Amino acid sequence: MSLSLPASIADAEPVRSIRTPARLDYEFTAGQATSQFLRGVKNKKLIGGGCPVCGKVYVPPRGSCAVDGVPTTEQVDVADRGTVTTFCVVNVQFYGQGVEVPYVCATIQLDGADLGLFAMVQEMPYDQVRIGLRVEAVWVDDDELDTTLENIKYFRPTGEPDVEVKQNIQ
Amino acid sequence: MTAADTTDGPTPDGVLRAPLVIEFPFTRTVGPVQSAFLTGLRERVVIGVRGTDGRVHVPPCEYDPVTSDELTELVEVADSGTVTTWAWEPNPRPNQPLDEPFAWALVKFDGADTSMLHAVAASHDEMETGMTVKVRWADEREGHIHDIACFEPVR
Repeated sequence: MSLSLPASIADAEPVRSIRTPARLDYEFTAGQATSQFLRGVKNKKLIGGGCPVCGKVYVPPRGSCAVDGVPTTEQVDVADRGTVTTFCVVNVQFYGQGVEVPYVCATIQLDGADLGLFAMVQEMPYDQVRIGLRVEAVWVDDDELDTTLENIKYFRPTGEPDVEVKQNIQ
Repeated sequence: MTAADTTDGPTPDGVLRAPLVIEFPFTRTVGPVQSAFLTGLRERVVIGVRGTDGRVHVPPCEYDPVTSDELTELVEVADSGTVTTWAWEPNPRPNQPLDEPFAWALVKFDGADTSMLHAVAASHDEMETGMTVKVRWADEREGHIHDIACFEPVR
């Protein structure tokens, strides 16, 4: 296709692309259960929600048990260490990522919890992370603690022997 | 998950809340016809395209809306025109062209046969179908529809 351009722009450097950012401004309301959890996190404590029927402990808590449909009325302290139950290696760089690829995102079942927490695993070569690996939380400095899960920078290996991970199927 | 006491503070019942922004920083290429239009805006001229039937479309389209033929004759039109219809915006939202109440209007540029949607900086009393308006160019232009800050009435 050969375009005929008006003289006024014939010699101008042509525009080739435009920025079309899409932005959504929300206000996130954490709810009772997650607010309580985040207040705990500010003190480096992980508090799960325990189901009064089946006894399962949810971390982070959402306020109800997905199996029994009842409020998780129990407050249960769980450890800041646990076991990798599944993971993936991220190889794609994207905007806003804040960490160099490749890195590992894992689901970590904290000791005392029945639901996995999603977090990064670092201080170990990405190709050595495995299911059953024992890991512990690395917290930000105490003066940076706030009501956010960003308080946990990542998890790192504890050096304990691997444990067997059972499938968690309902 | 981020919810901080320090941002907006907890609600009266102790529930935390915090701003949550989701943003996708897209960039897209524009193709030769839109390129001409956007280059024109950066150079403070309005560019349309002549259709198969001789009508001038502004903003320009790549293909004829009736015959689907590829269109190649880009033409310059005036930076003033006529409001063909409009709607009042009493409560402008963030990122809209103007902060004060304004009109969304379809403007047919002089020399064009189709209309383009943009904002008109005028009072509600001034707004009228058939009124003459002129482009207010943005001070800093980069080849974007925002290079037209808005239209303003020719009084």
